Amino acid sequence: MRVVVLGVGNLIMGDEGLGVRCVERLAAAGALPAGVVTIDGGTSTHELLEDLEDLDLLVIVDAIAGAGAPGTLVRLEGERIPAAFSNKLSPHQHGINDLLANLQLLGRSPARVVVHGATPARIALGLELSPEIEAVLPALAARVVAEVVAAS
Amino acid sequence: MGTRIVIDPITRIEGHLRIDCEVDGGKVTDAWASGTMWRGVEQILLGRDPRDAWAITQRFCGVCTTVHAIASVRAVEDALAMPVPKNAQYIRNLMIAAHAVHDELVHFYHLSALDWVDVTSALKADPKATAALAESISAWPLNGVTVHAATKARLETLVGSGQLGIFANGYWGHPAMKLPPEVNLLAVTHYLQALEVQRKANKIVSILGSKTPHIQNVAVGGVSNPIALESQSVLSIERLLAVKAAIDELKQFITQVYTIDVAAVAAFYPEWTTIGKGVVNYLAAPDFPLDEQGTQFSTPGGYIPGGDLAKLQRITTFGDALLKDNVAESVKHAWYRGGKGPLHPYAGETVAEYTDHQPDAKYSFVKSPTFAGQPAQVGPLARVLVAAAVGDQAILKHLTRVLATVEAVGKIKVPLDGLHSTIGRHAARSVMCARNVEILEEQWGLLMANIAAGDVQTFEKPVFPSGETRGFGFHEAPRGILSHWVVIDGGKIKNYQAVVPTTWNAAPRNEADQPGPYEASLVGTPLADPERPLEVLRTIHSFDPCLACAVHLVDPARRDIVAVRAL
Repeated sequence: MRVVVLGVGNLIMGDEGLGVRCVERLAAAGALPAGVVTIDGGTSTHELLEDLEDLDLLVIVDAIAGAGAPGTLVRLEGERIPAAFSNKLSPHQHGINDLLANLQLLGRSPARVVVHGATPARIALGLELSPEIEAVLPALAARVVAEVVAAS
Repeated sequence: MGTRIVIDPITRIEGHLRIDCEVDGGKVTDAWASGTMWRGVEQILLGRDPRDAWAITQRFCGVCTTVHAIASVRAVEDALAMPVPKNAQYIRNLMIAAHAVHDELVHFYHLSALDWVDVTSALKADPKATAALAESISAWPLNGVTVHAATKARLETLVGSGQLGIFANGYWGHPAMKLPPEVNLLAVTHYLQALEVQRKANKIVSILGSKTPHIQNVAVGGVSNPIALESQSVLSIERLLAVKAAIDELKQFITQVYTIDVAAVAAFYPEWTTIGKGVVNYLAAPDFPLDEQGTQFSTPGGYIPGGDLAKLQRITTFGDALLKDNVAESVKHAWYRGGKGPLHPYAGETVAEYTDHQPDAKYSFVKSPTFAGQPAQVGPLARVLVAAAVGDQAILKHLTRVLATVEAVGKIKVPLDGLHSTIGRHAARSVMCARNVEILEEQWGLLMANIAAGDVQTFEKPVFPSGETRGFGFHEAPRGILSHWVVIDGGKIKNYQAVVPTTWNAAPRNEADQPGPYEASLVGTPLADPERPLEVLRTIHSFDPCLACAVHLVDPARRDIVAVRAL
């Protein structure tokens, strides 16, 4: 079973980087089952292509705008993902959409894609997360772990 | 009365670039380029340890991570006037050449080819005729009839499913699309193959940089790769051989596919060698340092005023006075507090002062940089023209080959002057890609020879003086010259400015109200259908725009790609 947990976002833009911070913490804590790969995707696209080919499960962790009050946890799956990205719920919709579309074109799409995220409170220049996001990050991380464990 | 068209956003990848064009009589008569997101990222560095700056600056931009790391360590090393071990130079050179090759391939096939290639027309192509055409112009082994038939079948499946996926937003059937169906199918085949090949370049960066995106191995004073040929955990012979294998695969694709495809597009669109000229002052930095102090380089740098190669002024060393003394940035038309005239980057200020979009006053978050008071175009075309001015055969031989292919395919002769154009920028990028993959080979050889001679040093410890010191680092990044400018006081960063390639090219009007390269290049561009301004995208994409540099939250309410309104 090939599983990747991909954190996306920009670390120098406050809560924009919550996906990367979440994945960093999951990796540091050894919280995921053995064999699950974690990636700090930043805001890159094509560089990630090879790592995301032919997966059984891809979990994307991201800041997702407009889903509710700051800190609201969000889970998207299946057909809701491209629709969500094309509605620009996510700041990263461009890169992620292109990446998933190129995987599809190559015939190497992940069998399943799930997006976990939280609504950012503050997107502004800065390396730190807002207190609202810091408060929900453990819960977000736990949901990612549960997602992966349930699939394994 | 003309028509005003607004294209917002214009990039396929990162960033937020808005282009306003005035159109009259089917041609663009004036244009304004506007970066619509504030990019004051330098402020995050103030007060920090200069040894940490490279890791943070890598996050400036979602696409150009490695380049900011390199320019940053070079700036701090310049401030400390410190040497960098040869092995570190070679390893950095390998990473930046591989990063450049990756960027150049992805830019052509995945970010701009669809401005020229009509994917839906490829459905009408005969795979046999496509193979015959392809095999007549290239020795590439994956150009056979079965390959093109498979591409066509894949396209038919996509269209049949009603979901065009990555091809959903093209200008299909646009009157400015002129490639025959067979050439379109060939291009789509190579789009797919380029997806496979680009990963080889990325692999080189990840082997040497420990991780991509965001390399981990750079340090002020060198690199953190310990070299031990027999070890499994550090830079071993096994890893170095994997790098060499990737170089060989890339070289074949670039020589037999990429450069040929660019020439074929030029041959079918000869009018585009006369469109998109714009600013013809060119600026390029030398790069791929070969010694500890940065006095010898593999590729030449300099400034060409007015497109006159005979007037080239060379930039020859790290810390070069010509570059150091001639860069300034104006905010007269940018949304920053100004009033002091153009400022040198050491004294640069980034205090936002937003008005709304006022073409006669302030209309962009991009500052307007100048060289010796003039706007300058940067990027692969600047590199190739500097090479032509100094007679650098290592680069010019590829240019000769690309021009000969254009002639063979299109039965037309393109003069050197045709490079000052939209297609010229694509041709120059493919020429530099062919050179960059050779530089990968050369740097690999230099690294191996130096290690074999017993030198395994990769790092020199930096020492910070107690008082104030300043320095700048330059890097000829894929999109053009990138420079980082740092003022260090008591071991902490006091000021930091990054003058990035897209700032040069996407500059708004400067202090003297001269248009920037994007703006100037659009004037005179013909538009077949102003409702679908494909031609504007062709020229802007030819610069490989990368705006906002990872500051990329979108306005969820803004859905329109193109807004057209009458003046």
